[in-house]
Amino acid sequence: MLPYPNRTRSFLLSGLLLLLLLPPVSSFFGDAYLVSMFSRLLIYALAAASLDLIIGYGGMVSLGHAAFFGIGAYVVGILAWHSYASVPLLTWPLTLEGSESVLIVFPAAVLVSALFAAIIGFFSLRTRGMHFIMITLAFAQMLFFFFVSLEGYGGEDGLSLYARNQLSGVDLGDDTQFYYFCLGFLLLFLYLSQRLVNSRFGQVIQGIRENERRMLALGFPTFRYKLACFVIAGAGAGLAGALIANQSEYVSPGLMHWTRSGEILVMVLLGGLGTLFGPVLGAVVLLLMEEILASFTQYPMVLMGPFLILVVLFARGGLYELLIGRRKPGE
Amino acid sequence: MYLLIEQLLNGLQLGVTLFLMSAGLTLVFGIMRVINLAHGSFYMIGAYVAATVAGYTGSFLLGLLAALPVAALVGMLVERLILRRLYRRDHLDQVLATFGLILFFNELTRMIWGRQPLYMNIPDWLSGTIELIPGAPYPLYRLAVIGMGIGVGFFLYLLFARTRLGMQIRAGASNREMVAALGVNIRILYTLVFGLGTLLAGLAGVMAGPILAVEAGMGEGIMILTFVVIVIGGIGSLRGALTAALLVGMVDTLGRAYLSVLFRLFLPAATADGAGASIASMSVYLLMAVVLVWRPRGLFPPPGGVQ
Amino acid sequence: MSCSSVGESRVSEDLLQVACLNKRFGALRASKDITFSVRQGEIHALIGPNGAGKTTLINQLSGELVPDSGTILFDNRDITRLSEHRRARLGLARSFQISSIFDRLTVQQNLALAIQAHQGHSFRFWARADRDPQLAGPTHAALQEIGLEARAGELALSLSHGEKRQLEVGMALAGRPKLLLLDEPMAGMGPGGTAQLSELTRSLKGTLSILLVEHDMDVIFALADRITVLIYGEVIATGTPSEIRANPDVQRAYLGGGE
Repeated sequence: MLPYPNRTRSFLLSGLLLLLLLPPVSSFFGDAYLVSMFSRLLIYALAAASLDLIIGYGGMVSLGHAAFFGIGAYVVGILAWHSYASVPLLTWPLTLEGSESVLIVFPAAVLVSALFAAIIGFFSLRTRGMHFIMITLAFAQMLFFFFVSLEGYGGEDGLSLYARNQLSGVDLGDDTQFYYFCLGFLLLFLYLSQRLVNSRFGQVIQGIRENERRMLALGFPTFRYKLACFVIAGAGAGLAGALIANQSEYVSPGLMHWTRSGEILVMVLLGGLGTLFGPVLGAVVLLLMEEILASFTQYPMVLMGPFLILVVLFARGGLYELLIGRRKPGE
Repeated sequence: MYLLIEQLLNGLQLGVTLFLMSAGLTLVFGIMRVINLAHGSFYMIGAYVAATVAGYTGSFLLGLLAALPVAALVGMLVERLILRRLYRRDHLDQVLATFGLILFFNELTRMIWGRQPLYMNIPDWLSGTIELIPGAPYPLYRLAVIGMGIGVGFFLYLLFARTRLGMQIRAGASNREMVAALGVNIRILYTLVFGLGTLLAGLAGVMAGPILAVEAGMGEGIMILTFVVIVIGGIGSLRGALTAALLVGMVDTLGRAYLSVLFRLFLPAATADGAGASIASMSVYLLMAVVLVWRPRGLFPPPGGVQ
Repeated sequence: MSCSSVGESRVSEDLLQVACLNKRFGALRASKDITFSVRQGEIHALIGPNGAGKTTLINQLSGELVPDSGTILFDNRDITRLSEHRRARLGLARSFQISSIFDRLTVQQNLALAIQAHQGHSFRFWARADRDPQLAGPTHAALQEIGLEARAGELALSLSHGEKRQLEVGMALAGRPKLLLLDEPMAGMGPGGTAQLSELTRSLKGTLSILLVEHDMDVIFALADRITVLIYGEVIATGTPSEIRANPDVQRAYLGGGE
């Protein structure tokens, strides 16, 4: 039995095909910018998909997701800085050197952002609803100000990378190879998330979204499941952050500004809550819209703001529902 | 010693500004159960209108008098057109719609007033300093801000404790259906409460105008601090908003002034300054985390509770 | 009557022993020195007029509320301060007065979650839950038990009111509890549904103990082995249906007078 009905499958396959063919097609038209831009879109798509795990499946509306995105990026930036400067990151209790190797930097970015997610989640998940929204926002803002005050790593101006991270056999400095590198991570994350939401753990998370009180009465210690979900999503955002740092070869506190969290949230809702693939589409559409609007007006947000409000008021199911139809559980 | 008094007054001034912002917002959260990220936009609108009118007429008071109704009217318009449709929706929808509003208002001010910040003068009759304690001069304008905040606090107390309207609003917070059954038009009541909230935010913006640069996005920093205040105070509680606003104002101001000094006692100067600045910028958020571990629903959670 | 047996734990045949339970909400004393017990295998009904504190009592037994004082022993183990999910794991299940199911999950997924809860931790991230033979068997059995096999794949929100009540009870039963707290299971059901649910409840007799809160007196007197009467947060009588019928206090305060 196939996991998806035909219509969904054909949409997903054609989307995948488009993404796979993008670099050859754009190089045929001699438009190299497209590949670099789409790398960025794929990275945001990954961040949005990770946020969908906690909002769409877990029902936890976090307004601080960019914090983990920024942390992932800063791990790349800080390790690279120490590597160029040949100054160890730590000398006590153990010596830690900087690094530019993907095999060291990326796991570190994922682990550190997961750790931050565990700490922030531990405090925030004691609350719910409105409180949770405001507390995640406040924690993200706290990290933002922390990095602004971190003069040693560029403070408000951030850090520039001299080059992208290194991986033997791959030249990440090449935009096309980097594009496939990002696409690979996005597909991997989507596949793992898809397994996750249909697993026992995923069922528990969705049960909590629907009715946490009932889950407690059934005997589920809901807090630890929510925390685990929050940490997994934070790790996903950290991975996206590590990619964005490499894509732009630059990290700054702006990556974790609260408006960034808002933007990722918009991608999720625009694409379709609790659909994983929807937010990917949402990220692509939103960022493309921004690019297009910016090309003919100096003030794109005057149109974008009302557009968002209209989506919230009238298109709750997002693009996913528009294209594929209402999602059924178990798909 | 003089420095300490000055810093305490600065903290009080920030606290008062935060109270003006949070008083309206905590009522909107508590009564309408709607999360409004765009509250800072009304602070910005108040500042822009006041700066423009004061710039043309040369009168701060005219600027103030123009800004307040504009902030209130724009607020009521937003409530009628958009937020009203979201009262019964998820918080997620409210977050996104009001996020859209912020984007819109920020860009709109850039369109109208350009990307350069505006500056607003302190009116002559409030310029200069005054010696509260001999030897410790303090700007008169900042004292006026503090006085204004205390005045508004007193006015709100009278409004909610003594008047019919205030009682209706409080009753609306605990039981909407009952108030509607008593013949109070709850929709108009909501619009009025929202307008009152945005008016107070506009007032806070006007007061901040001569102290800060008036620019697009100026309301966002203070809005997030306002959220911290509301969470610490307990959503829906005016008393909580007042207490937490003063607490946050003091912690933030004193942290910035003294943490580095404190750290220098046991750390090398450069490290102490760095660590002091980092922790000072995070201090109010740390305060919030501590309060929440201790009391997850804030210091003064109203009975009934808000989720 | 003074309440002094707090903390005195003796081994007993009774499955649930409640001693001197007190709960206040401000000036309101919602539970006043409540003492009663539920025996192994019996259907024990809890009755009382609206506002008597029945749901407050159920919430303290399930762990949603913490009593101000008093003790709750379950299977001779003190559970007074135990968290709700731990109590559920010990075999204390509940249904809710207002159907409390997972609206946007299917009927099958609802039951599977209840069974998952019973099987231990759910930190399994890989295998699909809907293909898990360990879940499928018991889920199917639970579907049969409540007669909702035909609707297994539908979203819970599309069920009729009566079917939701059945699902609600089915979820509470799915974990094979020792004690089931049924809070007004028949509320809002038509006569057909009531009969079906009564039948289900009766069929469970002997396999587990049930504490039943219900307004429908016909149902109560038909099903219950013993009845406890609660008025203004106080237990005024406990006994067999015929004893309760004959009790003058109960007649005065509840069955005869007043409402």
